[in-house]
Amino acid sequence: MEPLPNLAPYTGWVYPNETVFEWSVLIAVYPYLTGLVAGAFTVSSLYQVFGFKTLKPVAHLALLTSLCFMVFVPSPLLLHLGHPERAFNATLTPHWSSAMAMFGYFASAYVLLLMIEMWFAYRPFIVKEAQRRKDLLGRFYRALTLGSYDLSEHAMSYDRKWLFALAVIGIPGAHGLHGYVGFMYGSLKSREWWSSDLMPVIFLFSAIISGVALLVVLYVASCKLRKVPVDVACVKGLAYTIWGFIMIAIALEALEFANIVYKGREGIEMIMEYVTGRLLIPYFVLQFAVGAITPFLVLSYMIWRGTTGQTLVVGVTLSACLVLFSVFMMRWNVVIGGQEISKTGKGLLFYQPHIFGKEGILVGVLLTIAPIVMLLGLTKLFPPWEDAETASPSPADAQ
Amino acid sequence: MDEKDQREKHESDRREFLTCLGSALAGGAVAVAAGSAAPEAVAATEGAAKATPPAIPGYDWTEHRWAFGVDAEQCIGCLRCVEACKIENNVPKNAHQFRTWVERYVYLEGDEHAHIDSQQDPVNIAATGSEEHFRFADRYRDEKVEKAFFVPKLCNQCTHPACVQVCPVGATYKAEDGVVLIDHDYCIGCRYCVQACPYGARYFNEEEGVSDKCTWCYHRITKGLQPACVEVCPVGARIFGDRNDKDSPVSQFIRENRVQVLRPESGNAPNVFYVGIDKEVN
Repeated sequence: MEPLPNLAPYTGWVYPNETVFEWSVLIAVYPYLTGLVAGAFTVSSLYQVFGFKTLKPVAHLALLTSLCFMVFVPSPLLLHLGHPERAFNATLTPHWSSAMAMFGYFASAYVLLLMIEMWFAYRPFIVKEAQRRKDLLGRFYRALTLGSYDLSEHAMSYDRKWLFALAVIGIPGAHGLHGYVGFMYGSLKSREWWSSDLMPVIFLFSAIISGVALLVVLYVASCKLRKVPVDVACVKGLAYTIWGFIMIAIALEALEFANIVYKGREGIEMIMEYVTGRLLIPYFVLQFAVGAITPFLVLSYMIWRGTTGQTLVVGVTLSACLVLFSVFMMRWNVVIGGQEISKTGKGLLFYQPHIFGKEGILVGVLLTIAPIVMLLGLTKLFPPWEDAETASPSPADAQ
Repeated sequence: MDEKDQREKHESDRREFLTCLGSALAGGAVAVAAGSAAPEAVAATEGAAKATPPAIPGYDWTEHRWAFGVDAEQCIGCLRCVEACKIENNVPKNAHQFRTWVERYVYLEGDEHAHIDSQQDPVNIAATGSEEHFRFADRYRDEKVEKAFFVPKLCNQCTHPACVQVCPVGATYKAEDGVVLIDHDYCIGCRYCVQACPYGARYFNEEEGVSDKCTWCYHRITKGLQPACVEVCPVGARIFGDRNDKDSPVSQFIRENRVQVLRPESGNAPNVFYVGIDKEVN
């Protein structure tokens, strides 16, 4: 018989069946990816719906990023399933009482919405390319026009209405998608570490900051690669967005932890032993101190001092990297941390991740990088850059 | 056709296309919303697999209401139940996956909390040197034991099972006779149920790629036999029967004892009834 792949050493008293760790690193990657999708979409909505014109340079990039990450969201789940070929059962015969059953519908509807929104956003570019190119790629763009070549002011104003409407629908869509991921954990009564009404909201705000941070990194990196100057006002706008949301994210997480400690229900001794022991570094040091408080302080300082230019770009980019790291640690500490505290409330388990294998760290890293590779490819077909021929008919322009 | 006409034609074409698209999306949304209230969908909340229950000749699952009793006062921790269960139900032969297990609670003199272990504990595994045969090691031989007892555990076949609630495909469902079953041909292996069970009763069968747990030996009880663990228990610590039958052993057990269930605060409403357990048992 094959040895079990995820045996977890333990201390104290744990149920015998708990000694096999069932949700691996991939299940931490899954909410991380959906969070990035929701966060990136938030940026696009801030521009499309709320008229934050400073974010224009990243508005299209945000949409593309959201789509690329969304495409890869199901992959960690599929790799994890015992029978991935039956995954469609959840869509064919959804068990409505399960938080997980709606995933197929939510995800498909959201991908569809993103694709339609992208079509409108890129229509002028698609039409121009379809008319200009005579090669194979020209045929591709001609097919994408869906027969609509009209770029008149009247048509564009019609497009703007659709873009606005889709962005408005997309906000609850993206946030619902991620909030429900939080609900999947928060609604389980079997684990004190997960069972919290705040969990969906915590997931949501951490998602927003992670998506905005990702766009900072992608935007600054793309400017360096393309050797064009970084739009400082745009970076500043993104920095303000992270700053505003990270305050709420930190406050929510702190409240959640305070709640667990203050209520002090059964098993609290074990939780305290865990957070002051093994979880001290991943939770308090890496997730909070390094990943959340540090960027918050750096951003606060730069906003207070009115920092601008290259210093601002470097400061915001570094803060964004820390935020990205912090949010991953949050996913890790929830998914893995939750399982490391035994359901008995009287023991602790130790997850020992594998490097290789279907559910190893390497696959987790690849799945996180894969959307960026796809994004690189998509930016060749649909350049999201402001200087490119993609000037979108955005509602923000019309206002 | 002049330029203006052409433009108008394009516009109307596009408007038509978009209107169709919009209607299709709206229609889809309404269909989904309406579907959730339709009788078929309500049936689906009971689990897709329940629609095709196991075909057992001469057995009508609406006629029974199975229940299980555990008299912890009687249990001697011999672990014959654990071994019998593994053989009877093809449970993987290792020290990490069980349909049933026995917990040992030992209060040493002066201790506030019990020392708890089960047959899977490395010290106990070392006692037999095998992951197929189990026994409790005599690890407290040199200690002053104040109080000690064993508690057999198994799936509680809850009235409100958290595992059934979270199954995204309805592969696990509550049978009419009260047993929570799993359709192994329908389970996708997401392990959400394993996480949701507050009692740690479920495990994931790596070889088959599906979740598994105790079914009170459904293949036996539906033929009038006792579950394997009940059959082999030498001291009568495990009691099984039909609550629809007032004279069944379990009905008597529940009637004649002050029974309790594990984690009543979970709202799961378990159907394994215990006698003789202590404050630290959960």
